[in-house]
Amino acid sequence: MTVDERFPRNAPETVDEEPIGTRSEIITGPVSDWTTDFSHLEPQWSADPYSIQDDLRKRCPVAHTERFGGGWLPTRYEDVAAIAYDTERFSSRSIIMGNFRPPRDLAPIGGSPPISSDPPFHHDARKLLLPAFTKSAVSRQEPATRAFCHSLIDAFGNRDVVDAAADYAQHIPMRVIADMLGFPQEDGPRFREFVENTLEGINLEPDERIARMSKLFEYLLAQIHDHLDNPRDDLTTFLINAELYGRKLEADHVAGTMALLLIAGIDTTWSAIGASLWHLAQTPRDRERLVADPGLLPTAMEEFLRAYAPVTMARLVKQDMRWHGVDMRADDWILLSFPAANRDPAQFDRAGEVVIDREVNRHAAFGLGIHRCLGSHLARMELRVALDVWLERIPVFSLNDSSAVTWSAGQIRGPRALPMRIG
Amino acid sequence: MKLHIDSGRCQGHGRCYDRAPDLFGDDEEGYGMVLGDGTVPPGREHDARMAVANCPEHAIELAEETSHDR
Repeated sequence: MTVDERFPRNAPETVDEEPIGTRSEIITGPVSDWTTDFSHLEPQWSADPYSIQDDLRKRCPVAHTERFGGGWLPTRYEDVAAIAYDTERFSSRSIIMGNFRPPRDLAPIGGSPPISSDPPFHHDARKLLLPAFTKSAVSRQEPATRAFCHSLIDAFGNRDVVDAAADYAQHIPMRVIADMLGFPQEDGPRFREFVENTLEGINLEPDERIARMSKLFEYLLAQIHDHLDNPRDDLTTFLINAELYGRKLEADHVAGTMALLLIAGIDTTWSAIGASLWHLAQTPRDRERLVADPGLLPTAMEEFLRAYAPVTMARLVKQDMRWHGVDMRADDWILLSFPAANRDPAQFDRAGEVVIDREVNRHAAFGLGIHRCLGSHLARMELRVALDVWLERIPVFSLNDSSAVTWSAGQIRGPRALPMRIG
Repeated sequence: MKLHIDSGRCQGHGRCYDRAPDLFGDDEEGYGMVLGDGTVPPGREHDARMAVANCPEHAIELAEETSHDR
């Protein structure tokens, strides 16, 4: 057994302790007015956030809510970009808008560096990870990803209805990130639980939320111990051994980054694959065109990423200020909706339409500025391979029952049930 | 016609080297680089312009040179 004092084996029962920070009242239920009471966790938002955002952009471009202890929702591209670039006035110390705000002194590191980090620490924590996520580095995962996509379709057998989200899309990023982190491939169902708890469990009672999040970190600690005993060529061993400023990373940094890679590596790409297939299932013209001309896929994919951008981030306002016509207070949330930015008619022609050969497409699906999605090259590889293999193997498909399609709630949006008729 | 990437703005989205791998490459951290001295070969002007137009960070500049400058 390899001993590393950062990761004690018989840790005292500290994991369920209430974290230091501030909690706000949990407010749920139907939204009375989207301009003053928005919530990204209500069914109306999950079903169709775009019509809400389009309406807000016209009449109240920076909407407000008293839920989650107070927050703002900008819907214009220009405003979303301004906040993404302004790390002086908007902190990333929490990037999931909910009823818990971590203490201010958690900045600039945050709970899951580098996504939760502010400058200057952010740059150094991110730099450690960048080489593992370049386009050429992730291309090494492509042959295995392609083979895995084929195996998922092989497993459909003779079924004429499959669930494209549950039986296909979700498994692809789970397998890829499990391999990169060196986690057991069969732990997929646990990953799904961790993802849902982290991103959709926002309005649970604190005790329940803490208990569920503790399960994630207990799992990660077990993986760290396994890697201490059996070091291997993967991201977990890399993080255990990585150094910053001449010292090994703090235990919380190692586990927090692992949590980030696991959670952000899965639900986002799962959502992008599912949303793209959902679009193609009900748009025969686009589906037939892509089947006939697979060379169009890279362009079409960017359009799916624009129109169905899965990821919304959050920021915390650092100090009271007047900003673009509204009075923000310190510790107000910003729900930083890249999906809303991507449908702003001031930035895109035919913003509300999916134009699969759109040649000029300066979308912000992977964010803007210093927090550009670290895994964007990995996500693009997975999305391209997943769609390529599906279209090759299943050129004809349609929604089996559009009323049975369900979408995730919260900041990551994608289909979670997607019954598809093949042929 | 010559391409230049402002390394202060580039965040490594890779839209340029995805689209035109003969004009752009990436460094070991994924940030974009122009290949060679950035001169756009004849017939590649359209992809060069599209790389500029698709960069999410507005990090690519294209200096239009007239033929007598070259």
